[in-house]
Amino acid sequence: MRLGLVIDLDTCVGCHACAVACKQWNTSGTTGPLTDIAAYGAEPSGVWFNRIRHYEVGDYPNNKTVNMPMSCMHCEDADCVTVCPTGASYKRKEDGIVLVDQDKCMGCNLCAWACPYGARELDPVDGVMKKCTLCIDRIYDETLEPEDRQPACVITCPAHARFFGDLDDPDSQVSRLTRERAGQTLMPELGYKPTNTYLPPRVTRPVPTDDVRRKSLISSVKEWVNQAIVR
Amino acid sequence: MKALPKFEDHSRQDTRYTTCYMCACRCGIKVTVEDNKVRYIQGNRNHPVNKGVLCAKGNAGIMKQQSPARLQQPLMRKPGTERGEGEFEPISWHDALNLLTDRLAKIRSTDPKKLAFFTGRDQMQALTGLWATQFGTINWAAHGGFCSVNMASAGLYTMGHAFWEFGDPDWERTKYFMLWGVAEDHASNPIKMGIEQIKRRGAKFVSVNPVRTGYQAVADEWVAIRPGTDGLLALAMIHVLLRNDCIDQAFLVRYTNAPWLVVDTPGQKGHGLILRDKKGKPLCWDQDTNAVTDASQVEIQPALFGEYTAPDGRPVKTVMTLLAERYLNAQYAPENVADRCGVPAEQIERLALEMAHVAFKETIEIECQWTDAYGRTHDRFVGRPVSMHAMRGISAHSNGFQTCRAIHLLQILMGTIDVPGGHLSKPPYPKHIPPGIKPAREMAPNTPLKSPPLGFPTGPEDLVIDKQGNPLRIDKAYSWDAPMANHGLMHMVITNAVKGDPYPIDTLILFMANMSWNSTMNTSQVMDMLREKGEDGEYKIPFLVVSDAFHSETVNFADLVLPDCTYLERHDTISMLDRPISEPHAAADSIRQPILEKDRDVRPWQEVLVDLAGRLKFPAFTGEDGKPRYTSYQDFIVNFQKEPGIGFLAGWRGENGDQDLRGDPNPQQWEAYAKNQCFFVHHLEDSQKYYRYCNQDYLTLARHAGWVGSTDPIVLELYSETQQRFKLAGQGLYDGPCPTREEHKDRLTRYFDPLPIWHPPLEHDRVDADAYPFHAITQRPMFMYHSWDSQNAWLRQICAGNRLYMNRGRAHSMGIEDDAWVWVESHHGRIRAQVKLIEAVEPDTVWTWNAIGKQAGAWGLSADADESRKGFLLNHLISELLPQKGDGLDNVTNSDPVTGQAAWYDLRVKITPAKPGEVGSWPQFDQVKPLPGMAVSPSALRYQTHRAVNLKRSLWDVLMRGKHRR
Repeated sequence: MRLGLVIDLDTCVGCHACAVACKQWNTSGTTGPLTDIAAYGAEPSGVWFNRIRHYEVGDYPNNKTVNMPMSCMHCEDADCVTVCPTGASYKRKEDGIVLVDQDKCMGCNLCAWACPYGARELDPVDGVMKKCTLCIDRIYDETLEPEDRQPACVITCPAHARFFGDLDDPDSQVSRLTRERAGQTLMPELGYKPTNTYLPPRVTRPVPTDDVRRKSLISSVKEWVNQAIVR
Repeated sequence: MKALPKFEDHSRQDTRYTTCYMCACRCGIKVTVEDNKVRYIQGNRNHPVNKGVLCAKGNAGIMKQQSPARLQQPLMRKPGTERGEGEFEPISWHDALNLLTDRLAKIRSTDPKKLAFFTGRDQMQALTGLWATQFGTINWAAHGGFCSVNMASAGLYTMGHAFWEFGDPDWERTKYFMLWGVAEDHASNPIKMGIEQIKRRGAKFVSVNPVRTGYQAVADEWVAIRPGTDGLLALAMIHVLLRNDCIDQAFLVRYTNAPWLVVDTPGQKGHGLILRDKKGKPLCWDQDTNAVTDASQVEIQPALFGEYTAPDGRPVKTVMTLLAERYLNAQYAPENVADRCGVPAEQIERLALEMAHVAFKETIEIECQWTDAYGRTHDRFVGRPVSMHAMRGISAHSNGFQTCRAIHLLQILMGTIDVPGGHLSKPPYPKHIPPGIKPAREMAPNTPLKSPPLGFPTGPEDLVIDKQGNPLRIDKAYSWDAPMANHGLMHMVITNAVKGDPYPIDTLILFMANMSWNSTMNTSQVMDMLREKGEDGEYKIPFLVVSDAFHSETVNFADLVLPDCTYLERHDTISMLDRPISEPHAAADSIRQPILEKDRDVRPWQEVLVDLAGRLKFPAFTGEDGKPRYTSYQDFIVNFQKEPGIGFLAGWRGENGDQDLRGDPNPQQWEAYAKNQCFFVHHLEDSQKYYRYCNQDYLTLARHAGWVGSTDPIVLELYSETQQRFKLAGQGLYDGPCPTREEHKDRLTRYFDPLPIWHPPLEHDRVDADAYPFHAITQRPMFMYHSWDSQNAWLRQICAGNRLYMNRGRAHSMGIEDDAWVWVESHHGRIRAQVKLIEAVEPDTVWTWNAIGKQAGAWGLSADADESRKGFLLNHLISELLPQKGDGLDNVTNSDPVTGQAAWYDLRVKITPAKPGEVGSWPQFDQVKPLPGMAVSPSALRYQTHRAVNLKRSLWDVLMRGKHRR
């Protein structure tokens, strides 16, 4: 099983709902709290497992804004795990989720250096590394309703731009979407084999106008007079 | 699957439903509580508004509840200190309410207009309006005058509903969606859900906006228009539709006033008014009999186009003739508006024809038997699947009313109103045009008003002016300055009251409105005005009462602070009498119920209002025994009836709670709502879902529910006779009140028109465009829009210091580099801000996020918080009066001349690089002092409701690092 996220860049409006939902769930979650520093002061910062980046593509007026939510990619070949000197970072056999064992992490930051996606977040107060758990404490909590056993970011997304599932299962919604929409992983050339997949923006269908364009344009009200329409 | 630990003990948790209030969207939420702390807020899947999703704001509710800026107790300005110094001392609720009651009783028994009561983004206007009506003061309004009045008025005077909250695109069926201007405000989640839905179905999404962020980022096509020219673009598209004969003539004949006859006697009284019979019924030209006839009949053949002679000999033309004559004119041709709009002619023409293609070649037909308002049955609903939405970007210009009317005209000409795939109304809308309430004018001591302070004028005789033509309201709403100011002009209250123009007041009550900071124009001087004293040493506004839940900049100026609850601590109604949560095909309303126990000496404002109403012995709030009629807000909501069977809540009415929409009070109504996850939905029958302005089954239901006064069809008004009456008054040709001052005559003649017009925003005509070459506009980010506490510890991490966004190429041509500090100067003032260069803005426009800038110390923020050091407000650059030219308009509000809508987006500025060393935002203000009893803001926040449970691993797993490969 290879659990992960599929994110639709065609509909992501960059609203940050997923990031805050993640913060909210996980601050009381399995690796909480997600500490905030200078919460009401200068340059506030905190631990976030999911951050939204906004990019511009092309120059005005042919520019496009792309909103890019980024969290742990749960890579198949995760260098963050390789470099961990204590064995705190690990990739679960059962489902491929990459986690940090909070009891064994010493906060050395090596994993953050190894991760090219910026997914690792050092909690400066706890002195340990924290990261996306794919809401492991939701997806396996059988006391929750089945539709609630999904990551908080997926449940909350107002633009339904986030999907969760098993990318090893060819019949899963995430696999189907990846196939049908030509999903791509980020920076595959680095060889970490990220699990999370992004769906590129759709191509717009052209709307024809020839069938409504008149050859002789109306130039005067007179052309409409005496038409009979029953009220 | 290996067994996982029990991560959290659900037996210690309780889950309850309520309604979100992190913005104006009113989503349903499911709140999990642990030890009187919020564990998790999740969208309610069953809720009609959000269907389970929740935005960034809704997800940050925990931090609203944790805010150190929460007010703790009632406060009085410390005797001997000056207003605005921020020196307060606690006062008990008992003493505070006695003191306020005495003061208000004195005003009410002498001169009720000396109380001005203005409320912010509260969504309880049905209650506050009733309260003001019972008090007997006409000086009441909510914040619509600086928010949405252009959208609401243009819609209500044209099609009986509106963009904003009174209608929605048919997300399920539309095939072409055009979004005009920034719209991240109303409504937050439904638009995001809708955009996803249409993109999944392959519908085209076009965005018209000088800025490409937010929703515009995912648009299929971006129209990078110049601010304030949207109306011209809409009229040019109408020109293209007419030239190509792409109009729905049958729709226009059946459902609009297009065939009505208009008197065509320029320069004479009565010119431009609708030709009517003796009973006042509009007439059309019947092509069968070649004579005028009652236009409300069916089975006749009215001429849509033509010029005729009325029986009394006056020449008349059909509305449609006037419309076509105007917009066929070459001045509206795409090539003639392209430069002004900054949109290529080819694009204008193509977009209009694309919409025409979708409307007429991709028509939807839904088979369904329905009966029209004349009793004729039909076997299908025909839909033209083009839809639109517009909000702030249109509303906040001084030509916004006419622009919004122009957009509605475009929609109506294609037959896209309340049809499958088009723009749908939401119950209790549509209403008759306009709704039949007139604004109150007369006041008497200890006497309720005869009608609400706000209503819908249909001509100059409805203005709230005295015999000399001077304004009677403190905000000058419904005066010649702003005749159709249906939401009041909250942005003028402080300025007018301090000037004593039209008169001084005694007490100003502000609820949930930051009128000394980001909700006012001309912020710095308004702060000075609040401190201003007369020769008698008394403040010009003698007593300022502020109710809020948080320590805002305005709280700092209060003489009496009445602390409100948070949304998780109180009861509320989102009422059918106000702005309910209806969906196009369902009437719906909802409640809030307390989720958490209060931990401070605060009271819900609506509870305080009901209490005060009883103390002041308002008739509607007083029993026959002379004692207060209602014991509490909840008691009031259950038992108050606006008319028999109609109250604040429409669900579970009747003694047994088994009646929808109308029924006797149900003592168990709150419990019934709580049991149903805090909302009520009445689904429409299939036959009631479309063409509701002319749908008998729907109108019968609407009459029963008290949404409309009759089942008469609602005729869409392409041509607004109300507008023409005001125009005639300006020309001195009206049988009724006419203005005497030249500037009023000129404004009525110029800016009122029965058919939509475009004129440059007023500021653009009064400043030198070469001296101030940029348009400056604001937006609120999606993660903060309408969220009244951007001090929120989580949301402020996304953005705590706003930037001035500039087009990169344009900035480089001026020698301005990314991250540079610049001076931004308007006709009114200057500020210093830091730029961020982007591609996503048209070159003549700069913009920023509004209301990120805060006064140091307010909102629980530290003195060095980014909001005060880096954040800034454009408000300092915007005058509440028109740019000064030494003419009669110098003292006139900087607002739409029709509706009084604050013209925030008319602003023009020049930009110059700051000198080396000039860094940090400017102006800066004194630090707001902390309030007595207020919590100290923590530096590190470590919120959790229980200790985290780590996963247990075997030593083997630790050594192997799980599934790790290398």
